[in-house]
Amino acid sequence: MKTISKADMRTLFFVAIIALFAPLILNPFPTESGWAQFNAGYPDLMQRFAIYGILAIGFNILFGLTGYLSFGHAAFLGVGSYSAVWMFKLLSMNIIPALILSVIVAGLFSLLIGFISLRRSGIYFSILTLAFAQMSFALAYSVLTPLTNGETGLQITLNDPRIFAAENISGNLPVTSLFGLEMRDTWTMQLGAWDFQFNIGYYICAIFLLLAFYISIRIFRSPFGMMLRAIKTNQTRLNFTGINTRPYTLAAFVISGMYAGLAGGLMASMDPLAGAERMQWTASGEIVLMTILGGTGTLLGPVMGAGFIKYFENIFSKINDTVLHGWFSWMPDGLENVIVWILHLFTGKGWHLTLGIMFMMIVIFLPGGLMEGISRIGKWWKHRNAKNNNTSHTSSTPAE
Amino acid sequence: MGILTVQNVNKSFGGLKALHNVNLDIEEGKIHAIIGPNGAGKSTLLNCFVGKLTPDTGTVMFDGHSLLGIKPHQINQLGVSRVFQTPEIFSELTVWENTLIPCFAKRDGAFTLNALSRVSDNKDMAEKAEQMLVDVDLIDKKDMLASSMSRGDKRRLEMAMCLSQKPKLLLLDEPTAGMARADTESTIELLKSIQKKLKITMAIIEHDMSVVFSLAQKISVLAQGTVIVEDVPEKIKGHPKVKEAYLGEAQV
Repeated sequence: MKTISKADMRTLFFVAIIALFAPLILNPFPTESGWAQFNAGYPDLMQRFAIYGILAIGFNILFGLTGYLSFGHAAFLGVGSYSAVWMFKLLSMNIIPALILSVIVAGLFSLLIGFISLRRSGIYFSILTLAFAQMSFALAYSVLTPLTNGETGLQITLNDPRIFAAENISGNLPVTSLFGLEMRDTWTMQLGAWDFQFNIGYYICAIFLLLAFYISIRIFRSPFGMMLRAIKTNQTRLNFTGINTRPYTLAAFVISGMYAGLAGGLMASMDPLAGAERMQWTASGEIVLMTILGGTGTLLGPVMGAGFIKYFENIFSKINDTVLHGWFSWMPDGLENVIVWILHLFTGKGWHLTLGIMFMMIVIFLPGGLMEGISRIGKWWKHRNAKNNNTSHTSSTPAE
Repeated sequence: MGILTVQNVNKSFGGLKALHNVNLDIEEGKIHAIIGPNGAGKSTLLNCFVGKLTPDTGTVMFDGHSLLGIKPHQINQLGVSRVFQTPEIFSELTVWENTLIPCFAKRDGAFTLNALSRVSDNKDMAEKAEQMLVDVDLIDKKDMLASSMSRGDKRRLEMAMCLSQKPKLLLLDEPTAGMARADTESTIELLKSIQKKLKITMAIIEHDMSVVFSLAQKISVLAQGTVIVEDVPEKIKGHPKVKEAYLGEAQV
């Protein structure tokens, strides 16, 4: 039996191709050129694209489908990270047990928070989740120090028990791996002036991203997904149709919490440390931004939003004054200084300003996010083609 | 004893007595109309049937179960469906999905996490939904977004959604309000044919007297929170108390 429709299969295939060739696609500029700083094809950033993609996909199941705006999703991310690091400390550096535990713990944690928060809807629900997340952050930062190592963050050390790992004789900190495949292993392909980096960790993240995307497609097309969309549009009718909405919203909340847990676990698998700041409300806000920016309630939107924001965070923030002066050095001195002074506000440390302006523009002009932009371009293209065909058709048969 | 019996129901909002010792008995298989001037308490009474409001005192019994203190979805599962004054539909979903949801709700009323089966794989549900859309003459519009339909169509859709659950009692809150004459007539015909075919008991709240007299088999007249007359339509028409209630309103 076919599990997903042809159109969805095409979307999934498209994402798979992009993910597979990301190290090439994201590195369009030669390594030595001045544009190289716009290259995003290095392992660290690509891993983050995939991980935040998973996070946004999960968040979209709750916010996009069900219409419940959680403002505390970073808590599940943090819980996932802590669980994963504990697995690295106690069992071994294999990422599988770490990921399993992080998904389970995040699931249980979201069951608890969801059970309480989902008694309310709308803004009250958002505030409740925000309160829980900030509570978790504060706890991780102070009271739960034995579990979370407080403000230093939880790290692996040489003295950890790691009962399933072979004895460490090298004296170096062990690295995370999947049955011997080390996450940090990178194969660099030199092609002319280009350096392309293929990293094990990134491909592991990409596989999980595809899996997460596939499950999200299944949920979108299932009767369960339809119920969630019904909850978003009209809870009264659903109640008067004999449905108790609570179990449905709770299930959506837990599923999306587990997605966040997986993302947190992957984050710790790529770099085995976990800090409390991962749970802070700014982190939760970032997830909301990603989803809205990409397109709430669409399949592909959240992944694009995640990529967009992470790209800005990592690339735009690197354009400092020195770089700007380099670009505009051909101008007369006075003009150069003025231009650099203006652009200074928007680049480097000021990248938040650029992001904020773009976010405003998108929300005002494209309420459906980047996905709406793409579909508008698609429509315009179709329309134009149809028009062209029509004119050519009529011109060929002028006699009628 | 009817299928729905209301005894000595009182409800007040602050100092306002909305319902005062209301007694009502809706017989099985009949169309029962509840009429009355504005502010007579008709909608309050209906809200007491479906769990939106709880009466201060009195009992509401449906088919041997008390309807007081249980949630709207539980009342629905007992077999009570309601059509609202302003259509309550899933406006962001298509007409097709709108009709599918009550079909799934009947089966998944108790929560089942069928997150990995496809909506389109449930052929029996699709058949049911399609039949319903044919019944209410909306099959041509099945891919339309529900919010983009006319008000009359929305109401027909809502009725179809309620009927697909095969309720024992259908509550209709002004089913023809804001409809054009032709739509009103087609709605009357629809309700009549449903009643004939499915033998569903209906309670109708209505302002339009022509609708009431062409549909109802029994009429209760509500004024100032109490039932002043309850009788067959022929006797209601010339009843002095009814005239007084309506004229009294006219003078204000």
